[in-house]
Amino acid sequence: MIKSELTRRGLLKTGAVAGAGLALPTIFTARANAFTNEPKADTVTFGFTVPQTGPYADEGADELKAFTLAVKHLNGEGDGGMLSSFSSKALNGAGILGKKVAFVSGDTQTKPDAARAAAKSMIEKDGAIMISGCSSSAVAIALQALCQEAGLINMVGLSHSNDTTGKDKKRNGFRHFFNAYMSAAALAPVLKTMYGSDRAAYHLTADYSWGWTQQASMQAATEALGWKTVANVLTPLAATDFSSYIAPVLSSGADVLVLNHYGANMVNSLTQAVQFGLRDKMVNGKQFEIVVPLISELMAKGAGANIKGIPGSSNWNWKLTDAGTKAFVQSYGKEYGAPPSQAAQTCYAQVLLYADAVARAKSFNPCAVVEALEGYKFDGLGNGPTEYRAADHQCIKDCLVVKGKETPDNQFDTLEIVQVTPASEVTYAPDNKMFAGGDLGQCNPGA
Amino acid sequence: MDALILQTLNGLDKGSAYALIALGLTIIFGTLGVVNFAHGTLFMLGAFCAVTLQRIIGISETIIDPTKKDFLGNPLKVEVPYLQAWFGHDTAAAITNWSVPLSLLLTVPVMVGIGVVMERGLIKHFYKRSHADQILVTFGLAIVLQEVIKHFFGANPIPTPAPAEFAGSIDFGTMLGFPPNAIVYPYWRMIYFLFSLFVIGGVFAFLQFTTFGMVVRAGMADRETVGLLGINIDRRFTFMFGLAAVVAGTAGAMYTPINSPNFHMGMDFLVLSFVVVVVGGMGSLPGAVLSGFLLGILESYASMNWIKDIIPGIDQIIIYVIAIVVLLTRPRGLMGRKGVMED
Repeated sequence: MIKSELTRRGLLKTGAVAGAGLALPTIFTARANAFTNEPKADTVTFGFTVPQTGPYADEGADELKAFTLAVKHLNGEGDGGMLSSFSSKALNGAGILGKKVAFVSGDTQTKPDAARAAAKSMIEKDGAIMISGCSSSAVAIALQALCQEAGLINMVGLSHSNDTTGKDKKRNGFRHFFNAYMSAAALAPVLKTMYGSDRAAYHLTADYSWGWTQQASMQAATEALGWKTVANVLTPLAATDFSSYIAPVLSSGADVLVLNHYGANMVNSLTQAVQFGLRDKMVNGKQFEIVVPLISELMAKGAGANIKGIPGSSNWNWKLTDAGTKAFVQSYGKEYGAPPSQAAQTCYAQVLLYADAVARAKSFNPCAVVEALEGYKFDGLGNGPTEYRAADHQCIKDCLVVKGKETPDNQFDTLEIVQVTPASEVTYAPDNKMFAGGDLGQCNPGA
Repeated sequence: MDALILQTLNGLDKGSAYALIALGLTIIFGTLGVVNFAHGTLFMLGAFCAVTLQRIIGISETIIDPTKKDFLGNPLKVEVPYLQAWFGHDTAAAITNWSVPLSLLLTVPVMVGIGVVMERGLIKHFYKRSHADQILVTFGLAIVLQEVIKHFFGANPIPTPAPAEFAGSIDFGTMLGFPPNAIVYPYWRMIYFLFSLFVIGGVFAFLQFTTFGMVVRAGMADRETVGLLGINIDRRFTFMFGLAAVVAGTAGAMYTPINSPNFHMGMDFLVLSFVVVVVGGMGSLPGAVLSGFLLGILESYASMNWIKDIIPGIDQIIIYVIAIVVLLTRPRGLMGRKGVMED
């Protein structure tokens, strides 16, 4: 028979010794690492957080394809894609600083809390050194804050809210994608040419960070043209039926509907607006028009014939003819049988830009990467000459005004490029009031 | 006034979907005593029957057109539907155009099959278990089924247009003396409302005027006594499960032009439909229908701008507020029966 001699004092002593023992490796590890998840082995892991469900799942699927392709190219597999056109030659297709690149991915569900949980798991369990990807600015802002706290670099995916590099900007976060202000600045002159300066606009707006800033930017830009704003109605991100929001539009006196919606939200709201016959109506003696400030090829595909003739803006389009775009479209098209979307291009570019910054800095230390990216000027990634502005970590570059193509030549021919608006016409001061209130803070290497 | 009429019309199509799903839920609960959390999934499966037919119609052979180039600069691959090759362009175009209404021919047998398999294969084992067990197993089944759909069809909404003849909208306002564009309502939503009235009327007529329906109603009221009369009430109840699945499935198939279907659409409707059933009164078929339309219309009213200016966000919670008010003032719901879901 075994007799237990366990006493309260004995239990406390044993617990204290065991606790100290368990804590020791962590302390040693923390001291041994100069920064969070410093890669020790011959592999470095990236964490890709993309929406695989929810209203932006289409973009998420394309982002993951682009990430996979970028990792392949970094590791010297495939045709190298935009590595050949990229102005920097620090990457040679042999991984980064001699380490092979691996990645883990997780579903953000287009929800900030789910995205944080996925990214946290990647950081703590998988040892991710960098987090990238998202299709929602609410998610982007949450991930940027998480990476700032954890001491990682966040290469923001598809995020278009002014706040991402405005009031919510972080030193450890970098955005390649353009923003709502730039969209409105590019789109407004084209809208004036298409529809004149005497218009009354009704806004339907996704009720979160991106929608708010997109609407504010469009309202400011169109009112500067002479347009009036009749109403701005906020719609929930999770909404699928917009009929009760669309029904009052025609009787409101508005002759333009601005859909500040993205992804499946926009596909549904545009489809339902067309069902209500908005585009067939004459209001105030003018043809009723619909504007979608941010359009992607994937949304155009989802909207089908309803997108024809609808103007909007894009960060990039596969029909551009520069060397970077050509290389990327060839590479992506051969791999997946379809041209890449703007979500794919921005995510691919972000991975290359991060890897290049590490290679130039000769370190994975986030603060060295920040230093390498701030004020960095580059070309050859599909958007023409671009600068990662040091003051707010926003890429300043050309952006596109596009329109749903009336007579598509094939299933991928959904959008036509109306004009490439030069960076000089869409740039703004970092302290512009639409971006006010934020502070990059200090770089955090973590650990 | 015109805004009220407009939102009433708007509420009718939402209410139609709520009423059809709640009707099926109530049939299953009233006959089998099962709280079926997979019912929204049946709505979704019906919608995907329409998508499946669209895909079948679109099955194509690939022909290389050397005169055109694709985006990679290779000779363009042109997809020519077999339907077009077999029946000519006009017939193929007509079938494609009418694919949603035609999908009912596929939806009905498929949903009967799914309903019977679901009831015989799984749910019958839970008749005598607690409602908590039933909810867990049917909710689990719902998740499994939607993941299966996600695997085969992806996570994104799939455009499923109505026939071109029903594209656009009718200007009711001018008929009622209002200025043009005051009350505009899409044709297909009107069709959906009429379709729901037809299905609801059919189900009620079936239960009211057929011997089978009479036995089912008797079984719903007193299952034991009907069994003692030598009637195999279980078999009839299995049929009713299949009927409920058909009602939900056809509701889903016809809903696809209103909202592009995705794997999650069943869950979007499920919670609302349970609220509809509870507000209408557990086990009451007229209650489910009345409550479905009522809540659909009130939800539309709540999304009017001037109401949202007074109570921001009311459009998101109105259904639950009404549920609370109804349950506080009429604990059995609007038309609930004594003894149902009560100890």
